[in-house]
Amino acid sequence: MKKYQVKVNEKRCKACGICIGLCPKEVFGEDYLGKAVVKDDGKCTGCKICELHCPDYCVEVGETA
Amino acid sequence: MNSAYEKYFRQDRLPHIWCPGCGNGIVLSAFARAMEELNIDQDKTVVVSGIGCSSRATTYVDFNTLHTTHGRALAFATGVKLANPELNVFVFMGDGDSSAIGGNHLIHASRRNIDITAIIIDNNIYGMTGGQYSPLTPTGKKATTAPYGMVERNFDLCELVKGAGATFVARGTVYHAKQLTDLIVAGAKNKGFSVIEAVSQCPISYGRRNKMKNALEMINWQKEHAVNVKAAQKMNPEQLKDKFLIGELYRAEAPEYTAEYDKLIERVQKGGK
Ligand SMILES: Cc1ncc(C[n+]2csc(CCOP(=O)(O)OP(=O)(O)O)c2C)c(N)n1
Ligand code: SF4
Ligand code: SF4
Ligand code: SF4
Repeated sequence: MKKYQVKVNEKRCKACGICIGLCPKEVFGEDYLGKAVVKDDGKCTGCKICELHCPDYCVEVGETA
Repeated sequence: MNSAYEKYFRQDRLPHIWCPGCGNGIVLSAFARAMEELNIDQDKTVVVSGIGCSSRATTYVDFNTLHTTHGRALAFATGVKLANPELNVFVFMGDGDSSAIGGNHLIHASRRNIDITAIIIDNNIYGMTGGQYSPLTPTGKKATTAPYGMVERNFDLCELVKGAGATFVARGTVYHAKQLTDLIVAGAKNKGFSVIEAVSQCPISYGRRNKMKNALEMINWQKEHAVNVKAAQKMNPEQLKDKFLIGELYRAEAPEYTAEYDKLIERVQKGGK
């Protein structure tokens, strides 16, 4: 199975909650400000729903191996 | 966002000023992916906008950009395209910008079938000025100028441009972000006036007032209420109640304005009448 690495550019993140709510695998959690943090990208399926829907271009999903 | 698309943005202008969860940013990334798919020459492309939150798009995208006046983006874009028909011209407008103050220009760009691709970000409200209703605010929904609910009938902007002569008409949503990219690509390839209505969310000036507490809820509303035109053919009116259509709604062949104008110039220069 393919593995993915999920990165969040926290400088651009506005804590809207979209990626956190839309990810079917609950890869994201939030920090004390509500900004998205990657909890566990081991569960990521690479669907890119998070990347496509982030209004602030913070999320990038890459294949690792 | 995939770093391959970063080149379509003015990095020194990010982060943008849009509120957390605003759909404008999502439409803009769908646009960036469309530009990549079209392999477009940024220097031969002009992006024009009017006034409104959505029209701030021209601040952020790295093309030749023109941020004009409220409702008049299409008039400026018409001038750009006529002056140099070689240029690719895209226009960003809001629902208020395009259907209220700029409704006239929308009709005439459609009627002329000028080779411009217009992306109308429909968030059902005047976002920038704090939430006055627009012609696309659904009946019964609240706005600062409709505190007891919008009393006017629903209005379908896609039907308007179709009737007025646009040759490519489509509707997408920010939830269906991949399809939105495909629709922008198809619109750009159409040699004529193309309109893509992008149903979007304004959580601040519209959502909060209408019992949708955040952007996520609004995006999920789009998911639940949008029906693809093809799927809709197999559904009955009861199933389609409260739903709206997305996808390619209309396509037609018609003479394109700048091409017709060029023919006229050639004829007159040769001494014709
Ligand atoms: C001639 C003129 N009239 C009114 C305004 C005030 N004004 C600025 S933006 C706007 C409405 C914007 O709404 P919309 O086009 O739906 O875009 P949104 O902000 O929702 O993206 C208005 C009325 C203006 N700038 N210029
Ligand atoms: S790519 Fe899909 S599964 Fe992976 S983090 Fe994003 S939304 Fe979740
Ligand atoms: S969608 Fe983007 S801006 Fe919103 S919480 Fe996720 S990373 Fe942050
Ligand atoms: S007011 Fe609405 S449309 Fe304007 S930036 Fe905020 S969320 Fe977006």
